[in-house]
Amino acid sequence: MSASDRLHASKIAAALLVLTIAVVAPGCKKKVPPPPPPPPTTAPASVPTVARAAINSFTAEPSTIEKGQSSTLSWSISNATDMSIDNGIGAVQSRGQRQVFPTSSTTYTLTANGPGGSDTRTVTVSVNTPPPPPPAAPTGPRLSSAETLQQQSQDAYFDYDKSDIRADARDALTRDAGLLKQIFTQDPNFTVVVEGHCDERGSAEYNLALGDRRASAAKDFLVQLGVAGDRIKTISYGKERPQCTEANEECWQKNRRAHLSAGQ
Amino acid sequence: MKRHIILLGSVLCICALALAQIKEKITGNPGEKIPIAVPDFRGAGDAQNFMNTFNGTLWGELQNSGQLKMIPKTSYPLTIPQQPADFRPPLNGKSQGPWLSDWSGPPVNSHYLAFGYTATQNGQLVLYGWLYDVQQANPSSAQLLAKVYVGSPDEAGSKKIAQEFAADILKLFGAGSLMGTRIYFMSDRTGHKEIWSMNYDGSDQKQFTSYRTITTFPVVSADGTKIAFTTYPMRPASPGHPATEDQPKIYVHSLETGRKLVYLNQNASMNAASDFMPDNRHLLIYSTAAGSVSQIFMTDIDGGGFHRITNTRSLEVEAKANPKTGADIVFTSGRGGTPQIYRMNIDGTDVARLTSGEGDAVNPSWNPDGQHIAFAWTRGFEPGNFNIFIMDIASQELIQLTHGAGRNENPNWAPDGVHLVFSSKRGRSSQIFTMLADGTGLQQLTTQGNNEKPVWTKGTQ
Repeated sequence: MSASDRLHASKIAAALLVLTIAVVAPGCKKKVPPPPPPPPTTAPASVPTVARAAINSFTAEPSTIEKGQSSTLSWSISNATDMSIDNGIGAVQSRGQRQVFPTSSTTYTLTANGPGGSDTRTVTVSVNTPPPPPPAAPTGPRLSSAETLQQQSQDAYFDYDKSDIRADARDALTRDAGLLKQIFTQDPNFTVVVEGHCDERGSAEYNLALGDRRASAAKDFLVQLGVAGDRIKTISYGKERPQCTEANEECWQKNRRAHLSAGQ
Repeated sequence: MKRHIILLGSVLCICALALAQIKEKITGNPGEKIPIAVPDFRGAGDAQNFMNTFNGTLWGELQNSGQLKMIPKTSYPLTIPQQPADFRPPLNGKSQGPWLSDWSGPPVNSHYLAFGYTATQNGQLVLYGWLYDVQQANPSSAQLLAKVYVGSPDEAGSKKIAQEFAADILKLFGAGSLMGTRIYFMSDRTGHKEIWSMNYDGSDQKQFTSYRTITTFPVVSADGTKIAFTTYPMRPASPGHPATEDQPKIYVHSLETGRKLVYLNQNASMNAASDFMPDNRHLLIYSTAAGSVSQIFMTDIDGGGFHRITNTRSLEVEAKANPKTGADIVFTSGRGGTPQIYRMNIDGTDVARLTSGEGDAVNPSWNPDGQHIAFAWTRGFEPGNFNIFIMDIASQELIQLTHGAGRNENPNWAPDGVHLVFSSKRGRSSQIFTMLADGTGLQQLTTQGNNEKPVWTKGTQ
């Protein structure tokens, strides 16, 4: 059979195959015959070769450690004449283990060179860094800004149905202004709320407005003393959050107040 | 035909009389009340078990209307009619059975008679009720009302049919019934101040809000579809900060779905709901917007269209729009020193003080007639010891309704214009009471926790 005959025959065979698939395929997939095997590839010219260096394995166990712990690198290499690991380990044998103590996550690269070629492989040891310890304990108990405010601020008290800053309220707010300036400097994100409160005797509606004016008057006084106004918010509780619930002047006076609390 | 004309004439006459009496009641000149006899009704068979409740409710509802003179049962004749067929004209001056003149003449001297009976029918409690004008010559022209009422065969059912019958009688006299009306109020019985609602008689108390913060000052639109109130929205906790209340804001909810509606609050330290305008589409609020102290503003129902009504350096709160006209406002202002009641036009002009300047005068509430207000005043008492007053705006004539029993606040008129609901602290807690506009007929509606800020609405009917 000549080459052209072979080509012809294969063309016919191909046409028949296409026809067969076209006829058979739509109705019955199962009956499609397996495609003919591909033609054999041309056999490569048999050239004598030298085996290429190959890294068969390169592992770190464990691959994640806590800082201060160790990990073991293990490797297996064939056909290499020259093998090394970076990060200060240097030349190694074709099979071996090495304990490492990385202080931070480190990627180790194993390089194997041989006459037939080279190979590299990397492995990474991840190091978890624990959170820093708390700063050394101060000699005395250290208060948060909110605790400092709560413990050291003073309420400003008002007369019945009034929002004028009395002399005693002036003293209290002057001390509060110093305290706030100190806290604001130490704690740049800290804000303060001036709460306005009333005693139970006025109407709840009018007291809502009165508490607002008391809080606002106290804020204005603090701002005049140099406290940053944009870090002071006011809220009126009217008579909704009394500090004292008895019906006598001592108790009523406790409730007619401006009170400082930590903002959010 | 003639009979119809007579009947119509008598009803019209009754209505005119009743209106005059409502006004007299409010302005403090109680005239002759309409005399009515209401003998105990009886029940056939098992129905009799519920007649104590029925008779107590019927009597109470009619008496509490304030419009009727309830003639004492001790003066009634021995034979009580139970149906129209029981009436027998006297023969030759001799009684043959119940007759109209038994009730119109001495010692009863009534003008009207309510009678009837109940029975259980098909598993229901049925009331056959009549109202007669006993000053008529014969039963055929005396009948003003003949109606059948159906309820469940239990205490609740007997109460319901008694209330419905009383409502029909009151309607005939032109006195609005309270049936179906609902009171919204603030209660702290859950541990948080929330909005609640209940029937006019204190039954069916239901929690409306669950914000678990401070929620108070409810106001309801005239059409009954919306409620506005003031709440301190909770800011959730963040690292280093516990959850705290934010500044008070206005919330509007639908009363039909219960859902929160869109309302844009002003950027201010304080926004409080004050009243709906009678058009149901605008809100009066008091707010510290524009950096002021609390002032009165109007907004659309969604918070848009914000504009200022008062412009003072004094505290201005509690603006209430005239429900008849929407053209004027009563409000509480501190512009004269202590809080007092003022009125002004809706645009803030023509401000006039209504109270004398003594004590604290707060909590104004319009009568549905747009001519009278109720409010709380400490006049004559120590600060905080409020009493309920009503005032005819035109004449500034006053009537004091409570006299030092507890501290009495937040009066609010019933839709019938003759009842008031208010809160009173008469022991360790504040509770909600109703009374007639002459101070009589006091009833306590709540007992659990503190209950304040009542608002009496028409309800869904």
